[in-house]
Amino acid sequence: MMLNEIVSTAVKKFGVGREQLLPVLQYVVSQEKWLSEDALLGVARAFDMSAAEVYGVASFYSFLDTKPRGDYVIRVCRTVSCDMAGKEAIMEALEKTLHISVGETTADRKFTLLETNCMGWCAEGPAMLVNDYVYTGLTPEKVVDILQGYMAGA
Amino acid sequence: METITLTINDIAVEIDKGATILDAAKKIGIRIPTLCHHDDLCAAGNCRVCVVEQKGARTLQASCVVPAAEGMQIYTNSRKVREARKTVIELLLSEHAGECTSCYKSGNCELQGLAQEYLACGDAFIDISDKSPIDISSPSIIKDDSKCIRCLRCVRTCAELQGVSALWSTHKGNKTKVETFLNKPMHYVVCTNCGQCVNRCPTGALTERNYIEEVWRAIDDPEKHVVVQTAPAVRVGLGEALGMGSGGVVTGKMVSALKRLGFDSVLDTDFTADLTIMEEGTELLARLKSALQGRKSATFPMMTSCSPGWIKFIEHEFPSLLDNLSTCKSPQQMFGALAKTYYAEKIGVDPAKMVSVSVMPCTAKKFEANRPEMYSSGFKDVDYVLTTRELAHMIRQAGLNFADLEDGKFDSIMGESTGAAVIFGATGGVMEAALRTAYEIVTGREVPFKNLNIEPVRGMEGVKAAGIKVENVKDEWKFLEGAELKVAVAHGLVNARKVMQEAEKGMSPYHFVEIMACPGGCIGGGGQPIPTSPAIRLKRAEAIYEADEALPLRKSHENPEIAAIYREFLGEPLGHKSHELLHTHYTPRNRT
Repeated sequence: MMLNEIVSTAVKKFGVGREQLLPVLQYVVSQEKWLSEDALLGVARAFDMSAAEVYGVASFYSFLDTKPRGDYVIRVCRTVSCDMAGKEAIMEALEKTLHISVGETTADRKFTLLETNCMGWCAEGPAMLVNDYVYTGLTPEKVVDILQGYMAGA
Repeated sequence: METITLTINDIAVEIDKGATILDAAKKIGIRIPTLCHHDDLCAAGNCRVCVVEQKGARTLQASCVVPAAEGMQIYTNSRKVREARKTVIELLLSEHAGECTSCYKSGNCELQGLAQEYLACGDAFIDISDKSPIDISSPSIIKDDSKCIRCLRCVRTCAELQGVSALWSTHKGNKTKVETFLNKPMHYVVCTNCGQCVNRCPTGALTERNYIEEVWRAIDDPEKHVVVQTAPAVRVGLGEALGMGSGGVVTGKMVSALKRLGFDSVLDTDFTADLTIMEEGTELLARLKSALQGRKSATFPMMTSCSPGWIKFIEHEFPSLLDNLSTCKSPQQMFGALAKTYYAEKIGVDPAKMVSVSVMPCTAKKFEANRPEMYSSGFKDVDYVLTTRELAHMIRQAGLNFADLEDGKFDSIMGESTGAAVIFGATGGVMEAALRTAYEIVTGREVPFKNLNIEPVRGMEGVKAAGIKVENVKDEWKFLEGAELKVAVAHGLVNARKVMQEAEKGMSPYHFVEIMACPGGCIGGGGQPIPTSPAIRLKRAEAIYEADEALPLRKSHENPEIAAIYREFLGEPLGHKSHELLHTHYTPRNRT
């Protein structure tokens, strides 16, 4: 779908009342992985809101990205329980396998590596998200396996 | 109205239900310090400087947002309050780059004032001020995030008073910032340069871009002939910035000060305000003529074009309605174009050696002077625009004791003006001035209002509407016989938008609409002395009408220098020369 179709589909689905701004932005992210300048402007126009205001709302939420993201967005929990359970080694394995640092996206735009705050899996840390899917009880070996699955196109 | 009674520092106070503790304290003359609170804006309660102690409450209360309640016992100056406030101020200082010795806002900075009052320590906490580069992209406004304390007055101003929201609160927690869309430079977003945010910023995070050094350099250059023009609203604001209290008319002292600063010609934007009335009034009558005689189509309502913040607003937000705008340049730009042509020729100065400076109540005028359309004289028509505040600064630098200056007189040729021009400074003033002249052109009689004061277009209501019946017209205006001229006046862009939305739907009942970007009109402009409040603007507006009534001539067409310029140079209103020098066109812009 073209960007303007995505926006108009979202607007048709949810409406343009102020309280629908979040669902519309979430829908665009679900399709595009991130909110580009054109996407934010398109939403602002549809809602008859200032572009700065839409950007302000988007920038408040960690899951409404305003920077380009890969097909698979990996978010490693950085909160204290996961950290103590070995998050550092998980991050190292991810960085080494993907050849990127945290905050970056691979050149083929397939993976983005980020950190996230607590997801509530403290009992089974370290934990990470790949898009909407949670992986827990991670080890560096497990992480490489998971990545290889996605690289193979899983 | 239901009232409640509480005590503040053991003094009983009765106040309307719904009022805040801060309101109650004000009522009995107790000052509670505030930063994020502003009389023009909705409550925010985010800075916590206004905390007070409530007997029996576990925590301190932010007095600007907590409603006063029956039986409350409030203490505004206990040890607990004083210590908390000091810490709050020190925390604010930790996120503020306190370069007080070099800061342009020094001396008029609310944070600096409070830090001094509470003897707060600038480095009590680690420095977490923002390190982004200063945004100097705009010719009007400088944004320095390192001085921002995130009180969000600017964000509320841009949203509530102007309906523009060029600035918004972005990110969260300790990363919260005030940003434009995608943090683009101010020059590349929908900002209208109105400067209302500058008027309300409690620190030096948002200031006007000042051209003080450039103007001094021009004055110091013996080769240059420096011409200065002063806008109507400056004469009712300047005194405030020089310790004289609000509401005084200081025209004479201002002229003397400008002469002592070394300007070679001290002239008056009011002259071109009168000229604007001649051009814009004629344009309105011409539009009515083509509409009513049905020969050509004409676009209504015609809208005024004096306010450059408003012009940029319509270019961004309603580009399909640009034909509604009068083609008249603003008085500042008419003046600039004439200074380097007509005036230069009259006084025998090479326009290449002329520097044209204007003193404006406005920050958007700086942007306007830099527009590519504004080179009709063959040179940059207005070289530098100073705000009222910058002129006050120069007067202080020069060591002049402003209050004691004698009353000076504007130089001639472009220095004479009428009461109709002075009232350009207040909302409704351009409309009133235009009606005084247009009605008289058409009927041969003065407008049917007592003492020429057209009260229905005066005052601080956001949108004002009026109708004026045109009867017993002169022969050449027969087509207007019995017509009712419907007009509206809006000030503050949030009100302008209401009028524009009506026009966009083709539902506007008006023939002529005056719009000023700033609340109260130019007297409340973004270049006027800080602070501003509804009460201060009311005083400035009263001073404007006082100045009007004090002048012997009160109708633009009676200005003898206006008659002279048409006779000797321009020919007639809307004539060839006028088109070349006094009229302009507009540019559609996007909504980023």
